Amino acid sequence: MDSPTANHQWKIFDELKPDLKPKEVMEEANRCLFCFDAPCAKACPTGIDIPLFIKKITTGNMKGSARVIMDANPMGATCARVCPTEELCEGACVLNDASLPIMIGDLQRHATNWAMKNQQQLFEAGEANGKTVAIIGGGPAGLSSARELARLGYKVTVYEKNEKAGGLDTYGIVPFRLPQEISLWEVSQIEKLGVTIQTNTEVGKDIPIATVLNDFDAVILAIGMANVPPLSIPGEDLDGVYDAIQLIENVKDGRVPNHFKGKKAVVIGAGNTAIDAATCLKRLGAASVKMIYRRSEAEMTAYPFEFSFAKQDGIEFNWLAQPKRIIDDGQNHVAKLECVSMELGAMDASGRRRPIEIENSDFMIKADVVVKAIGQSRYTSFIEALGLEHEQGIVKVDAETYQTSNPKVYAAGDVIFGNGIGEAMVVAAAEQGKRAAYAIHDYMLSKI
Amino acid sequence: MANLQIDFAGIKSKNPFWLASGPPTNTGYQVQRAFEAGWGGAVWKTLGDPVINVTSRFSGLNYGGQRVAGFNNIELITDRPLEVNLREINETKKKFPDHVIIASLMVEPKQEKWHEIVKRVEDVGVDGLELNFGCPHGMAERGMGSASGQVPELVEKQTYWVKEAAETPVIVKLTPNITDITATAYAASQGGADAISLINTINSLMGVDLDTWHTIPNVAGKGTHGGYCGPAVKPIALSMVGECAKQPDINLPISGIGGIENWRDAAEFMLMGATGVQVCTAAMHHGFRIVEDMIDGLTNYLDEKGLDSVMDLVGQSVSKYMSWGDLDLNHKVVALINQDYCIHCNKCHIACEDTAHQCIEFFTDANGRRSLKVREEDCVGCNLCSIVCPAEGAIDMIDKPSDISMTWNERQRLLHTFGG
Repeated sequence: MDSPTANHQWKIFDELKPDLKPKEVMEEANRCLFCFDAPCAKACPTGIDIPLFIKKITTGNMKGSARVIMDANPMGATCARVCPTEELCEGACVLNDASLPIMIGDLQRHATNWAMKNQQQLFEAGEANGKTVAIIGGGPAGLSSARELARLGYKVTVYEKNEKAGGLDTYGIVPFRLPQEISLWEVSQIEKLGVTIQTNTEVGKDIPIATVLNDFDAVILAIGMANVPPLSIPGEDLDGVYDAIQLIENVKDGRVPNHFKGKKAVVIGAGNTAIDAATCLKRLGAASVKMIYRRSEAEMTAYPFEFSFAKQDGIEFNWLAQPKRIIDDGQNHVAKLECVSMELGAMDASGRRRPIEIENSDFMIKADVVVKAIGQSRYTSFIEALGLEHEQGIVKVDAETYQTSNPKVYAAGDVIFGNGIGEAMVVAAAEQGKRAAYAIHDYMLSKI
Repeated sequence: MANLQIDFAGIKSKNPFWLASGPPTNTGYQVQRAFEAGWGGAVWKTLGDPVINVTSRFSGLNYGGQRVAGFNNIELITDRPLEVNLREINETKKKFPDHVIIASLMVEPKQEKWHEIVKRVEDVGVDGLELNFGCPHGMAERGMGSASGQVPELVEKQTYWVKEAAETPVIVKLTPNITDITATAYAASQGGADAISLINTINSLMGVDLDTWHTIPNVAGKGTHGGYCGPAVKPIALSMVGECAKQPDINLPISGIGGIENWRDAAEFMLMGATGVQVCTAAMHHGFRIVEDMIDGLTNYLDEKGLDSVMDLVGQSVSKYMSWGDLDLNHKVVALINQDYCIHCNKCHIACEDTAHQCIEFFTDANGRRSLKVREEDCVGCNLCSIVCPAEGAIDMIDKPSDISMTWNERQRLLHTFGG
């Protein structure tokens, strides 16, 4: 079915949600009760003093407001846009019980926008303490730890394999939710503290692992996760089959493909990345976008606001459908996706009901494009090359200090996410990066 | 339906809502629009020897994102020729014979000046006169307005001169820029005034611009103190009305002025002794149409209270407005937190902990939720927690009446009697 919005002129680079207008900001900021021991601040993984930054907006102390946010969360501008606020700060706002919660995310966006527009450098590096730290991976976790270490006086080098730092903030979140310049501003804030960010530098390829392990006083591993794993079904190598992460990365980096115009697209998976890929395809001109998920709506991992966003975009959802085979058109290009219907059985290890195939329920979906978004694989071989203990590519760390099996190496962010621990959120990565930095500092102090 | 008609010092008005002398009553056009909107009366913009006004003139105090919590002005009396004002008063009175027009007057403190202007305005048919002894800015530098109004002898003497010539009721408008407003109220009564109106505006400087360091407002970078009014001055005005109303030797009807914005404010002023009220800032903020709800709301309130006439409100709370020494020292009030309505903002806790009596403490309720309760034995009943509480109904102040009441004055008398 062709969506009525298929021919709509999408401004694909524009941020979907507009900034609050100045009057909205003041009305909303003045509505904040300035709670004591505020539940919103407690609900923030990075512990931003939310009532304080909002109070500062009301007094016109915009630099102070931005500092309160960015002090607690080096990715505060990104998180203002991508945090699941209704599950965190806004969900905890006491006004939920009395009227409407404060639009904390939007106010945070306003304050950080001010800092960006006014080219403010919010923090300074600490007095050099002579110690050096290498950080592998320049995503939110790595940058957050780099920022805190620089403020504590460490000489920090970040190794980033991509052309730009910022990780998923720069490459992995669709631009209409998070423009790339937001992430790059956060990167520049950190670079201005004297942090060296070596981009286009993959550890183990462009620089030996041993160099990194031996030449620094400590190392933080913050490499995140890798591309989408294979579906392991026939036809996966056909033209027209894409990796959701790579698709979004291209769009985010301004490389806008035009070969999706008028196409029938199918996205496999129902997480946040799957929805990002689906809504991206819509904006790239796909005539229809269907999402295929082997479980039901109740088990999907996408946030409710992402799900409703996708529905508003006219994305179709096919629940309880498992792809079996991608069929070509005789010219090595995708033509159809063969699926089988599923039903839900007993709980599995993830605490969700296990999908079971229904016999003889195969059906076909016409498709020109198939996008895989069934999670991300792990950099297992690299982790093994570092000699770190892990479980299926998830690096084991001390829950308090983020120290790995190698006492000199700490890990934070998606590389330690999994097995039911934490959530793969930017805000969680930022907090872990901070804590790893403080743990290194404590460790260094303990040796004095 | 309750009757809103008032008799103010012999002036009959269809309702107690008059526009105060000021920018809204500058012209016949404006006053006629106001009467069409429902205002019972208007005190015309002060007449006197025409002045030259400056621009800019007004400024507003914003609070918490709200406009005009307070307002100030440096505008003087009318800058239009007296003949023009008199002609328009006459026309307006003819068009609206059932509406009250009071002429506000301000001239030099000379007997012949007062006699002359009183005669001229009464000739065009005004219902009464209001002597402007109140404006704190500009005119005061020329010996008029509050410069007269701050000196009881001048108030008395000028009132007397006016009464020598006046045939209509004379209302003396008092300035609040004085230590004890009852002194000038008493002087007005001694001068033969038929009524008093209060308060005029309060000396004020609205602000300083943090970019230019100019005053707010300013005229080409220079400012001067102005008259403060609007919602923020209501408590000051109400107390001054109450002070005059309870004074046994001032037996004059009172026209209440100061921050009145709606029927609730009006009812409070009337309960505290005013027979009618005057409004200016609220009309400047929202237009004349605000009077519709004032009339409707006050009528409904009187009906709910089972009162036939708005005059039944006048002065009902005056006897409850006492000296501190007449308050019961044995009476107790304590705060009670209603857990069903508490939204857990903890503002009561931090207010009490930091700035009151440290008696609101955390506990874990049956559901494991961190909650707050009042340690009653240490609560002094100050009300602070209930004032800062944003959740309606979450904190009640509970009366704990004593068996025997004892005021400070009674206590001192007893100590004196028994020689303690």
